[in-house]
Amino acid sequence: MISVLGAGVAGLCAATALSEAGFDVEVVAPDGAPPPASLLAGGMLAPFCEGESAPDVIVERGQAAITWWRARVSGLEARGTLVLAPPRDGGDLDRFARATRSHDWVRPDDFEPGLSGRFARGLFFAAEAHMDPVIAMAELRDQLTARGVRFHGGTPGGRIVDCRGLAARDRLKDLRAVRGEMLELYAPDVTLTRTVRLLHPRFPCYIVPRGQGRYMVGATMVETARSGPITARAVMELLSAAYTVHPGFAEAELIATGAGLRPSFPDNLPALRRDGDRIHVNGMYRHGFLMAPVVAGDLVRMMTEEKINAH
Amino acid sequence: MFYGSDLQNRLMLGTAQYPSPQVLREAIAASGAEVITVSLRREGTGGDAFRDILKESGCRILPNTAGCHSVQEAVTTAQMARELFGTSWIKLEVIGHADTLQPDPFALVEAARILAAEGFDVFPYTTDDLIVGEKLIEAGCRVLMPWGAPIGSGQGLRNKEALKTMRAHFPDIPLVVDAGIGAPSQAMEAMEMGFDAVLLNTAVAKALDPVGMSRAFGQAVSAGRAAHDAGIMPRRDMAVASTPIFGMAELA
Repeated sequence: MISVLGAGVAGLCAATALSEAGFDVEVVAPDGAPPPASLLAGGMLAPFCEGESAPDVIVERGQAAITWWRARVSGLEARGTLVLAPPRDGGDLDRFARATRSHDWVRPDDFEPGLSGRFARGLFFAAEAHMDPVIAMAELRDQLTARGVRFHGGTPGGRIVDCRGLAARDRLKDLRAVRGEMLELYAPDVTLTRTVRLLHPRFPCYIVPRGQGRYMVGATMVETARSGPITARAVMELLSAAYTVHPGFAEAELIATGAGLRPSFPDNLPALRRDGDRIHVNGMYRHGFLMAPVVAGDLVRMMTEEKINAH
Repeated sequence: MFYGSDLQNRLMLGTAQYPSPQVLREAIAASGAEVITVSLRREGTGGDAFRDILKESGCRILPNTAGCHSVQEAVTTAQMARELFGTSWIKLEVIGHADTLQPDPFALVEAARILAAEGFDVFPYTTDDLIVGEKLIEAGCRVLMPWGAPIGSGQGLRNKEALKTMRAHFPDIPLVVDAGIGAPSQAMEAMEMGFDAVLLNTAVAKALDPVGMSRAFGQAVSAGRAAHDAGIMPRRDMAVASTPIFGMAELA
């Protein structure tokens, strides 16, 4: 029996991969534990765009995530990512193009007519996708339950795979929080059908369509473990960035806001770590949906080898 | 001397916007920087984990008041910084406008006076205005940090004549060109002009290879300083042959 601790995206992907590989799995998430940070994620599967600041391993290995999620959850939208910059920050777009690959220079209106000529050029990353993290996590959970995986808040009954995110700071001393803040808008007058990233020297943001006129706007990156609600500054920055992309957002209803803490190691890369008999899966940083399936695959290989060697 | 501390390496690095703390650590090491600056306003007291990584770098930490728009905010942030880092050094920024990030010289002088009276060693981020510089010294500053260009703009030394005048006007005050530096050549030029140090962030943090770029800046700053110390030849309007022609054979 394997006890996966934590029911965020890392825990659910680990439990899914282990269960699919034939391991007997339970998921332990104590009642009253803080909601996983992954519920607030953008749900972008954008390995190429992330390559702007992330090392190549994210770009290379993250590409597998789209196939993984498509096989398991509904509502994955493989419509690519459109990257834009206000005219005066055109240099940032050139820099983004140099820092990334697998993109084309495009006329943004050809992809999103709703932008109505406000942006003369943009970068299109055709091989990227997005999904709704709340739906994706609920579906993984349902599938696990259907496979007989028990979710409970009690004492772990098996070998521990620790996916508790930031709560694992009690054992992982180099794990730190990178705060992220997001908001959700209801803007039926705005039509965007794919993830749009706005490059801006101070307020970079992304807008992910959630369907039925809803848009997720994210996300700040602050080196702090402060867990309180979204700050006025973050709301202001995210809204002004959204407004720059589409003035129609000015009439939107602000329907939700959120702030979460991304568990991050010093290199901002996820890791599998042994800690005695316990295995940690942690450090998803801003790449939970992109990298959790990849790390879960590594975990299955590690545990399968152990099982073979034990016999 | 910067408030009694001598520095071998005259590059000061900002710590924001790096791809990861790991890359930041490597960039600091590659540049040889001895002073790093860190913001507190937004991170607050919850930023311990990141600050611990900075402390481990072994560098002298120059906390800053970036993001402060008023005297009160800047003073409070400076007090918090002294508590968190146990240093009297503070890079004082009081921003006058959110878009240009131009310093507010009036609030700057007022905040500098309060902080100097409380025993802080103030490094004020200012413009190249001589009178503002004098007021800051009168308020108790023993270092001035004139801008090269607006923060993050990468425009380099936008007003070289004013910076030269400033250097000549404050011969005994350590002057650090802070903000606006985009390329190593610009940092080198500031050092050749006799500035005591250069402080920058974005040019390294947002380079495609921050570690490679910080190394380049480290080299440029030390080359510029060495050139200034060695005495740069004056410009001339006329060509002057470097090989004497006197005594050459006349074959005609």
